[in-house]
Amino acid sequence: MIEFLTLLQVLDSSLRLATPLLLVCLAGLFSERAGIFDIGLEGKLLAAAFVSAAFAAITGSVWLGLLAGILASIMLSLLHGLASITLRGDQIISGVAINFLAAGLTVVVAQDLFGQGGRTPPLKSGGRFEPINFPGATSSKEMNEAGPLMQFYSELLSGHSLLVYVALLTVPISWFILYKTRYGLRLRAVGENPAAVDTAGISVRGLRYSAVIIGGVLCGIAGAYIATSLQANFTKDMSAGRGFIALAALIFAKWRPWYALSACLLFGFFFAVDTRFQNILLPAWFLSGFLILIALGLLSYVWKKDYLDKAVLGGLAVGISIIAFLVIFSVWDTGTSSQIKIPVVFIQSLPYVLTVVVLAGFVGKAIPPRAGGQPYVKER
Amino acid sequence: MNIVTKMLSTVVGLTMSAGIALAEPAIIFDLGGKFDKSFNESAFTGAQRWADETGGSFREIELQNEAQREQALRRFAEAGANPIVMAGFAFADSLGKVAPDYPDTKFAVIDVNWLSLPNVRGIGFNEHEGSYLVGMLAAQASKTGTVGFVGGMDIPLIRRFGCGYAQGVKAVNPNATVIANMTGTTPAAWNDPVKGSELTKAQISQGADVVYAAAGGTGVGVLQTAADEGILSIGVDANQNYLHPGKVLTSMLKRVDNAVYEAFSAGENLETGNFQMGIANGGVGYALDEHNASLVSDAMKSAVDAAAASIANGSMAVHNYTDDETCPAISF
Repeated sequence: MIEFLTLLQVLDSSLRLATPLLLVCLAGLFSERAGIFDIGLEGKLLAAAFVSAAFAAITGSVWLGLLAGILASIMLSLLHGLASITLRGDQIISGVAINFLAAGLTVVVAQDLFGQGGRTPPLKSGGRFEPINFPGATSSKEMNEAGPLMQFYSELLSGHSLLVYVALLTVPISWFILYKTRYGLRLRAVGENPAAVDTAGISVRGLRYSAVIIGGVLCGIAGAYIATSLQANFTKDMSAGRGFIALAALIFAKWRPWYALSACLLFGFFFAVDTRFQNILLPAWFLSGFLILIALGLLSYVWKKDYLDKAVLGGLAVGISIIAFLVIFSVWDTGTSSQIKIPVVFIQSLPYVLTVVVLAGFVGKAIPPRAGGQPYVKER
Repeated sequence: MNIVTKMLSTVVGLTMSAGIALAEPAIIFDLGGKFDKSFNESAFTGAQRWADETGGSFREIELQNEAQREQALRRFAEAGANPIVMAGFAFADSLGKVAPDYPDTKFAVIDVNWLSLPNVRGIGFNEHEGSYLVGMLAAQASKTGTVGFVGGMDIPLIRRFGCGYAQGVKAVNPNATVIANMTGTTPAAWNDPVKGSELTKAQISQGADVVYAAAGGTGVGVLQTAADEGILSIGVDANQNYLHPGKVLTSMLKRVDNAVYEAFSAGENLETGNFQMGIANGGVGYALDEHNASLVSDAMKSAVDAAAASIANGSMAVHNYTDDETCPAISF
């Protein structure tokens, strides 16, 4: 049985890992809800990480770093806006271009400024977002002796950097803006049917630009969090694909703010489990039972579907059942209660598997904004 | 003949003779990038030292993706670079294909010692021996009896680091616990400091108070978090003690720089075959400088030096993970 403190530590780690995902996911949400697909999230995250670390290193102030990171991210957002809103270019191409631009520029500029091979100098303690310890929280050294409530308070709630709490706050704020304000209604409408918004006399361009700028601000905060809070300098490619994972989380969350929070926390949890435990031991009966359940679920799902669906998904179900029986067969001699080692790679792949499951339409339907990806052309 | 043509012909003659007499050496860095503060940077340092001392110049390229390996090799070979040095085990397949096509070009590859081609020099390092030494230091510095290991990409080479380390730890304290984690299974695992930090935090919460990072750029995050949380860390490949003075216990030195320097110095007369660099011939070791002098006591140092001497003279052997894919001290 897992100890309570271990569970708390994993959740604590999930929160840290989920924070950049959440901010970037919400950035994508604003942009895509307004009809602008944003593949360039990764690039903005990386650029913001670099600029915030560089400014914090030069000025010694983490706040100036944060501001500069946000500005850099907004600049890239405006570039994306210029290409895809004003010039009506392909949004995917423009986003990919931003990713390449950020990956190359950050290292080149960093090398030119600091001459440390594409890194920024390490930040001193004043130039970073330090963990905020809540009043009365015990230090990590005395954590083992503390009671469960105290452990919960000190380990999970307290001790995060300011930006973690900011990220959590952006969820209700985003929800309020999108669903409770006139601006939010218009923003959502412009992603579904820009012509109707235009007919009502509201600027489609203005709304879409405002959406990508909000996205830029959120990506900027995320980048500053990675470079000045989690780390103390910028290193090449340090975003490590988190912008793309956030995109997957956005689809998983069906383009909704609260779902985005749970999706990012879930992804963060998978990553935290994967860092805490190298291999997970599960009883064989549990594993094979779980697999057979999935297979049965698949079969019942395809029962009333087309011939092709039946063939493909039915085949998948048969494959899963075969694996389940292989698992039982492999432990036949030692009894079905013996434990099977699940490699950590499997846990690492879960976020992507889940996203595919959602995209395939097994769990509700993920419907992207209808006008997403199309530049708006006024009728003449 | 006017003066311009005279000058032109001199220039042409000079460049041609330079091209014939002295082929430039070339070096190809792996995906971590040449300034990873670690493996590739060490290779670059060696190349730079050769250039500074001889006044020569060398060609270089940093790979951006897997597809460039063979392409970069062929391009350097076509351009007449000789010898061509590659930093990284991942070049083995490409080199196996390319080397026979350019029999007059000498190739040197680091971390690959299983190719037997007439024009290839393979240089392997006994990382397990160096890791054994830093493992001994870790066990002596640890107060909790639990130490950690953070590897980069999960490949046999990195397991060799971890296995040697664990053996060193157990040699000092048989009851010690070694927590080993790998960052990932793709090359992105070499450049993910955030994940390096999380792994370190997870190991600290399991009681580790010394963490050894063999993870390229990811290791920067490991060392940072160890310094933030007030525990000790161990650097790898290059001397990383200076990154957090007083908080990095030591660094496992893998003298890639010497290997590159020697290859460049030999030039076209590079001796081919497979070579193994260990403690005995100065290929691996541990770093001691002003940044960690206060952390390594005389007792620790003499214990480690005694072990190094007996490994060097063959009276003691450190088990090599890649010999049989098993490790007596730790299970991955």
